[in-house]
Amino acid sequence: MAQFERPLSPHLQVYRLPLTALASITHRATGVGLGFGTLLLTWWLVAAASGPETYATFQWFAGSIVGLIVLFGFTWALSFHLLNGLRHLFWDAGWGFDKQVSHKASVAVVAGSVALTVIVWLAAYIF
Amino acid sequence: MASPRHSLRSPLGAVRGLGSAKDGTHHWWLQRVSAIALIPLTIWFVASLVVLAGSPYEVFIGWVAQPLVAVLLGLFVGVGFWHLKLGAQVVIEDYIHAESTKLIVSMLVNFATVVLGAAAIFSILKIAI
Repeated sequence: MAQFERPLSPHLQVYRLPLTALASITHRATGVGLGFGTLLLTWWLVAAASGPETYATFQWFAGSIVGLIVLFGFTWALSFHLLNGLRHLFWDAGWGFDKQVSHKASVAVVAGSVALTVIVWLAAYIF
Repeated sequence: MASPRHSLRSPLGAVRGLGSAKDGTHHWWLQRVSAIALIPLTIWFVASLVVLAGSPYEVFIGWVAQPLVAVLLGLFVGVGFWHLKLGAQVVIEDYIHAESTKLIVSMLVNFATVVLGAAAIFSILKIAI
């Protein structure tokens, strides 16, 4: 069979992804990121079960610059995945497919995930 | 769907609705069920950590040791790893096309989620019991 140079859709090099598409791939990326983050979650629980000294090592990491950046990133990824996941559930129910609604929901998810992350960290320092 | 007269699909196959992968919507549905379960669990988990942040070891251990907390924490970890296993499987199937690599990577992810989940849940139980 002859090979034709057919156009690919969407052509990622020249096609500017709409915000909804960017949110969709970010949902996947945050999911994978959270997956690697479960290493930290497991370390935390195993360290706590192992005793005060082991837990102190975890606390030292969690309080270091690298640890704080990872935890902050984890918080944002979780916020985004939670909010965008809710939107996916609405889509599953058949709601929110309209172009304008979809774009507004994308903006809300991005803004909401940033706001939620800041609120969580502010609250953690206040309480 | 085409009328039964023109369809190659048997009436039994149509009723079962499992398709060529013999799994139907099972994987998709479990992903949604685990997602919905994780909404309240995640909110509870993050809210608890906000309150606990900076607490000394003894306070944290005392918190985990409460029966309700231990159960909710165990559910959060268990459902979370289950949701991760389902999600990672879809990502692997979408991006890895070589059959052998796909098999090895998805098996490694399955092993990793079970091992990490078992370690986390055992730790919760060890503290709580």
